[in-house]
Amino acid sequence: MKDQSNSSKQQKPKLTKAERRELQEAQRAAKAAAKGEGNKASATATSANARPAKAVKPAQKSDNASVAATEKKGGDFPHEKDRKKDVPQPRLQYDDKSRVEKAKRRSVVKQTEARNRVELFRHLPQYEHGSQLPDLEAKFFDLYPMHPAVYKVGLQYISGDISGGNDRCIAMLQAFQEAIKDYKVPPEKSLGRDLTAKIGSYVSFLIECRPLSISMGNAIRFLKSQIAKLPLTLSESEAKTSLQADIERFISEKIVLANKVIVKHAVTKIRDGDVLLTYGSSLAVEMILLHAHELGKQFRVVIVDSRPKLRGQQLLRRLVEKGLNCTYTHINGVSYIMHEVSRVFLGAESILSNGTVYSRVGTASVAMVAHAARVPVIVCCEAYKFHERVQLDSICSNELGDPEVISNVPGRMDVNHLNGWADIENLQLLNLIYDAMPSDYVSMIVTDYGMVPPTSVPVIVREYGREQVWI
Amino acid sequence: METEAPSMENPKISAYYQTRLAHFGVVSTEWLAQAQSATNPNPPLPSSSTNSHTDKDTNFSVIDEFNRWRNHPDLAEAVAAIRALAAVISASKASTMMQLEIELKNASDTLKAWDTTSISLTAASDLFMRYVTRTSALEFEDFNSAKARLIERADKFGEISYKARKIIGMLSQDFIFDGCTILVHGFSRVVFEVLKLAAHNKKRFRVFCTEGRPDRTGLRLSNDLAKLDVPVKLVIDSAVAYTMDEVDLVLVGADGVVESGGIINMMGTYQIALVAKSMNKPVYVAAESYKFARHYPLDQKDLAPALRPVDFGVPIPSKVEVECSARDYTPPQYLTLLFTDLGVLTPSVVSDELIQLYL
Repeated sequence: MKDQSNSSKQQKPKLTKAERRELQEAQRAAKAAAKGEGNKASATATSANARPAKAVKPAQKSDNASVAATEKKGGDFPHEKDRKKDVPQPRLQYDDKSRVEKAKRRSVVKQTEARNRVELFRHLPQYEHGSQLPDLEAKFFDLYPMHPAVYKVGLQYISGDISGGNDRCIAMLQAFQEAIKDYKVPPEKSLGRDLTAKIGSYVSFLIECRPLSISMGNAIRFLKSQIAKLPLTLSESEAKTSLQADIERFISEKIVLANKVIVKHAVTKIRDGDVLLTYGSSLAVEMILLHAHELGKQFRVVIVDSRPKLRGQQLLRRLVEKGLNCTYTHINGVSYIMHEVSRVFLGAESILSNGTVYSRVGTASVAMVAHAARVPVIVCCEAYKFHERVQLDSICSNELGDPEVISNVPGRMDVNHLNGWADIENLQLLNLIYDAMPSDYVSMIVTDYGMVPPTSVPVIVREYGREQVWI
Repeated sequence: METEAPSMENPKISAYYQTRLAHFGVVSTEWLAQAQSATNPNPPLPSSSTNSHTDKDTNFSVIDEFNRWRNHPDLAEAVAAIRALAAVISASKASTMMQLEIELKNASDTLKAWDTTSISLTAASDLFMRYVTRTSALEFEDFNSAKARLIERADKFGEISYKARKIIGMLSQDFIFDGCTILVHGFSRVVFEVLKLAAHNKKRFRVFCTEGRPDRTGLRLSNDLAKLDVPVKLVIDSAVAYTMDEVDLVLVGADGVVESGGIINMMGTYQIALVAKSMNKPVYVAAESYKFARHYPLDQKDLAPALRPVDFGVPIPSKVEVECSARDYTPPQYLTLLFTDLGVLTPSVVSDELIQLYL
């Protein structure tokens, strides 16, 4: 029975536990907002929308790594049953054939399961990179239910053109703005529920392209709550303009303005003669450094970088252009250079309730070395990225990137020892995108609320929730 | 006002410490001049602020009011500031809320400028402003009733701050058990209140006082405690680690409590906290809630410097530098609990309170 369902659902996106959890969180809020009616309506609406386009889609996507997939699904099986009750969108139910069919038809992105997956990270999705793009590009004008702006953003995520928490969030919100502008309420349907369902379908698509970041999840929750709060007396066009204005306000207040406030607070911590260390390329940190330089403070910057993305090089280029005094090093040299450093400034993808900082892989190591050298670590993060979740390690929730980039060193053809790694049975390459830093390593967090210790994150999450602007 | 003159003569000494020295009559070469110039060493506490306003003309000076309150040695400086600001509201001739707020802001800035190194002064002024202007009374149509409400809140804040010491004294009694040995550093009036109340409750405890150079606070404190029949032992500052084995708990006051939960206190507090932590002795801080400040120092050099010249008793050659900072910063991981008038709190609560107030 398992094998049958296996072959028929080859190209269905493998929504893993972590993804489902994230999607579930985002949609639980939506469900609470559109309680009672939204469940069945959205499910059928989504699948109804998906059916005309997806029927065309060929189901054949033979994947030789089905063995690995089977084992994984066997283990995941009991969880789906629990989730079935409270999630509006249909989840992966391996025994329920009709649901499997629906999911298969619903999915837009054909993903091939990666080979040689690391056992510890089986719960995270991993697909062969680079296989979906040409196919999806060809389908750009076919997909009726998917708004082209959202589709475009999804493609940009897959190809890696847009990466980085803020950029992805802004791109997604702007795509939603476009989608709302072009949205027309179907007859006999209420704007609130239908639009929420539509947004839900867009979100599923974006998840298939690339798992949501926490900031994106928060933004979606905000949008859905704004939709739910729309007074029923508004006309369609008024409602749409109000939502667009809300999104605009969210972007300008929570992201753009927040960054300015962060810069204003953080530059007070830079003194003359400081040596500042930063890792990778964070927008907030870059703005802080440039502003401090404009104010005339004398300091040096050490940029620590790491493969495979080497994003520090872009930051280095931009800082050197403005005339800052920079040193560039790789992450394996961080403990060597740490004794010269007086402060460490780091960006964050998100900060969780127990003070854990969730950010690019490598940040935790830098913070650990700084802590050992008793150098203060300052994390700069906008408050909209805070989340009430708690995470104790980097394994339970993370994202896996393309392992190919580990085996290839661009520009060095002679370093080819890992060619053909996929054929070797007991060799797995792991490319983690994020890691979690415990709150002990963090001296201070700078947000748009000012400078707070890591223990105050739950207070901010709570206070944020009380404001009308937020959830 | 004479006590302001020294701050201009000797700008190296922060006015905050000059005041404290002026209040306590420990005589030394530098302070004799001050003592001589002080005409009225112990003026009576002003009874009601409103009486003085009727004969003042339009330029009501908040500094005068402040100094009048401050002259009473038992009154904390910050409380004097709060009372002065409350008086500003009463004496204000503004007719709109905006004007009143501007007046208050100016008065508060003037007070802060009087001594830029005093953290509790700045903190208290800021907290007062936030507490008072946060009321929903600002939405009232009638300005007079709104103003009356502001005055009411201001007085209430003043009362709370004034009574803070008593409340802290009562809360800390549970932590002083019979037969305990307390190590005290610096002369904090709050800590003294705690010990006084404990002695009054017939608890048996003994106190180790650090000498507290260069202010010699230990001498003063040991004097006062001896009068209460509390067994006191004076230890020099370097003997803290030596005696730490016998100590059960460390009790200090604070000049200011910063946003990270750490404290800024007399020089030497950090040292004692480090030793106590390594020997697993609890460090308790007794501080009023108006001392919660929005600073966030990352290390010792991050503080605004408050200098205090050290008298070694012999002339020092000019080539030799002297470290004359008067206070240090103790990070929150070395503190166990804070005794405040809001209750007995852990250091992480400071930021929570500040966020809720400033949000």
